[in-house]
Amino acid sequence: MRYLPQTKQSRAAMMKTVGVSSVDALFRDVPKDAFIKCLADLPQHKGELAVERELGACANQNRAAPDGPFFLGAGTYYHHIPSSVDYIIQRSEFLTAYTPYQPEIAQGTLQMIFEFQTFISRLTGQDIANASLYDGATSCAEAALMAMRVTKRNKVVLATPLHPHYRSVLKAYMGNLGSTLADGAPDGETACVIIQSPDFHGAPHAYDAWRKKCDETGALLVVVVNEIVSLGLLPAPVEADIVCGEAQSIGLPMSFGGPHLGFFACKEKYLRQMPGRLCGMTEDADGRRGFVLTLSTREQHIRREKATSNICTNQGLCALAFTVHMSLLGEDGFRRLAKLNHEAACRLADAVSKVKGVKVLNKTFFNEFVVELSKPAAEVVETLAAKGIIAGYALEGNQLLMCATEMTTDEDIAALAEVLA
Amino acid sequence: MSAERKIETVTTGQNEIIEFNRGLLYEESLLWEKEHADHPGVDLPAPENLKSRTGVPDRENIGLPQVSEPQVLRHFVKMSTWNYSIDHGFFPLGSCTMKHNPRLNEKLARLPGFAQIHPLQPESTVQGALKLMHELQHWLAELTGLPGVCLAPAAGAHGELAGIMTIKRAHEMKGNKGRNVMLIPDSAHGTNPATAAMCGYTVKSISTKETGRLTVAAFKEALGDGKDVAGMMVTNPNTCGLFETEIQEIAKLLHKAGGYFYCDGANFNALVGKVRPADFGVDVMHINLHKTFSTPHGGGGPGSGPICTTAELAPYVPVPTVVKNGETYSLQWEKDRPETLGQLKGFQGQFGMHVRALSYMMSHGADGLKQVAEDAVLGANYIMASLKNDFHAPFDGPCMHECLLTDKNQKDAGVTTLDIAKALCEKGFHPMTVYFPLVVSGAMLIEPTETESKDSIDRFIAAMKEFAADVREGDSEKYHAFPESTPRRRLDEVKAARTPVLRWPSDI
Repeated sequence: MRYLPQTKQSRAAMMKTVGVSSVDALFRDVPKDAFIKCLADLPQHKGELAVERELGACANQNRAAPDGPFFLGAGTYYHHIPSSVDYIIQRSEFLTAYTPYQPEIAQGTLQMIFEFQTFISRLTGQDIANASLYDGATSCAEAALMAMRVTKRNKVVLATPLHPHYRSVLKAYMGNLGSTLADGAPDGETACVIIQSPDFHGAPHAYDAWRKKCDETGALLVVVVNEIVSLGLLPAPVEADIVCGEAQSIGLPMSFGGPHLGFFACKEKYLRQMPGRLCGMTEDADGRRGFVLTLSTREQHIRREKATSNICTNQGLCALAFTVHMSLLGEDGFRRLAKLNHEAACRLADAVSKVKGVKVLNKTFFNEFVVELSKPAAEVVETLAAKGIIAGYALEGNQLLMCATEMTTDEDIAALAEVLA
Repeated sequence: MSAERKIETVTTGQNEIIEFNRGLLYEESLLWEKEHADHPGVDLPAPENLKSRTGVPDRENIGLPQVSEPQVLRHFVKMSTWNYSIDHGFFPLGSCTMKHNPRLNEKLARLPGFAQIHPLQPESTVQGALKLMHELQHWLAELTGLPGVCLAPAAGAHGELAGIMTIKRAHEMKGNKGRNVMLIPDSAHGTNPATAAMCGYTVKSISTKETGRLTVAAFKEALGDGKDVAGMMVTNPNTCGLFETEIQEIAKLLHKAGGYFYCDGANFNALVGKVRPADFGVDVMHINLHKTFSTPHGGGGPGSGPICTTAELAPYVPVPTVVKNGETYSLQWEKDRPETLGQLKGFQGQFGMHVRALSYMMSHGADGLKQVAEDAVLGANYIMASLKNDFHAPFDGPCMHECLLTDKNQKDAGVTTLDIAKALCEKGFHPMTVYFPLVVSGAMLIEPTETESKDSIDRFIAAMKEFAADVREGDSEKYHAFPESTPRRRLDEVKAARTPVLRWPSDI
């Protein structure tokens, strides 16, 4: 009961003012048979120590990434997070604030969002970016829905291997509107072409040929990036109409799948069709620079059923973690981090290629690639997990998707090569 | 007043840089306005400069700022001082449930065994995490009386999407055709009609203007013969802070017509541990873990919006869900659950929020959660009773966990809900939710939550009474100028929308 400040006396005094003799009198509108008689299957309250022991035991049953060699990526990445990031995001003023609807007392969050939007638009080579979406998969689905609104067409084409979760989410969102999803190239019915780069198998893509195909058919070009660190080494997708994806790699732990950070950027001409919140610069009554949430006539609380999306709560604190980490990295640090990731993957590729019966299938990659093993990959993943190594993501048959980051050491690679052999 | 607040600026080149402190009042420039340091705030080893195997040219200049670690710390710490938060004081934002966020939950979510695990690791290596999710599913099922739980949705609106798609999938699997209408009261959150539209439904509004509640008569009128109705989305307690007294009868009529009852769980804090939604006819509802179960709002997220359904609808909820076989936990995906509507979120959902919410539930226990609902409802009624002679209360009480007032008594003197909100900012409070619900003109929706002491509530009541007294005595002019002591005064929202500046424009 440590979170409840009311006392017997304060409750009695409040009831007196209200004019009731019991709290139950205030629940008089609730039907009698809806009251809970007993919650026998749920325990009674516990102290901090007891909760910590019980959930700590749960945590200890899991094999965490720092426990040994770790080569799993596939849309969620194991990176280093500078200590300052977690310190800043745990400040009460950020952690326990609400969405900045009262801008006079929320300038900290608002200026941060403005900086976040600037970071994302710079990284993606796009004009504008929103204040975040839930994750890469839902931002990809929102991009498809936006392309359908802009073009008034309802077919979406996948041009490169898309993360299977992104594909499933896209399929579910689009299914509501009777639209179709196809692999291949755009035609005159196509709302957008989606290119994941690096794609799900790790290969980076160039965009000019796809831009041309889109211009010929009137489709939008959507680029999905689920390893945002890659934008420190690969060219910015300036050819795209929409760039969206996942930014968990900067500032956020893997956390078993969330909370992560969806981002969404596009060309300025599509501004009014964008989903999600936007922060804009303005002035206060004294003429001082300040920030507000703006263009909310696109959003659900104003437009209701005509809104560009139903999204309300987004990933505010995750956007802060990203912004702090990006501020620490800066231009040189971010580019260096990307290079280090690529070089770790190069070393991993060279090492596993030397193992008999293992072949690297990618000609090109950023920080992950597919290898062909001599046994079913799913079996190898289980066997290696039992030996303390998280080997990667098992694709079909003998193919394994492997990843290296700045966390990967030469010792990790040697240990893997030894058990693979 | 304005002379004392004269702004001092430092100008470099084209950009006017505001970076001047006075006492504990800080100014802070944007990162892009700072001098570009010759090294970043993170020391990374030098790359070997191997030839790239990316197959594409290496990237040119990105245009990022560069500052040292101490500058970064100061930048964000200074900015943080411009924010109001629940740890600062009273935050009675109606329908948003801004309650105390225990730090135990933060600590546990950061344990390496939770924070440093990958969603696609072999299940044998994450049994503890799956056990935790299974346990949270159990708590939610018990508290709602709805046994089909999916934790994956990322926030409330995402839970709505999951819930309405569950209904859509159920009709589809049962071969029900022509059901393309979703009934929604006019007092609903904007996310409700936006969600229905995303699912391809036509929204039909039910009027609640008269009494602030749904009536059987208004419902019947909207329902018609019900043949085209897929379901209804109702928030209960509703956005006027009232429990829907005729809800059981309405649910019965809806079910008879073949529709499903979706409950928006935004206001579950009024009921948790005390009233079970299944027992007033709900088929599916979402739960905002960031409201009722105290995961921090974080300046706009992350949230988490699990859904709970009846056994009938359980096969259709999104994947994944967690099951227990013997002593082993596993995730069920589309191959295991062929009737599912599919997947709506990458991976398992906002797991970090699941850890925090379960930690909160275990701390309160079944007994504490019931007390949560009771204290939340008592607090709101205490505010209502204390202020109803000063401010217009459009509907009869008792209210549930939030109370609705309006500016009707003050408006003629020129003081509006907006002015009252800004005066609260000046007095060191966060304002209530304003101009919502839309069914009431000048709405002020006040939700104190159970984590506010009587002293704290009394200070708020005193401030509100002072405003009402000022207006009665003709001292209302100053209300247009508030706030004056905040880091910024009223901001020009029209300018922001007319000439959007959405990122720092100049190149480095």
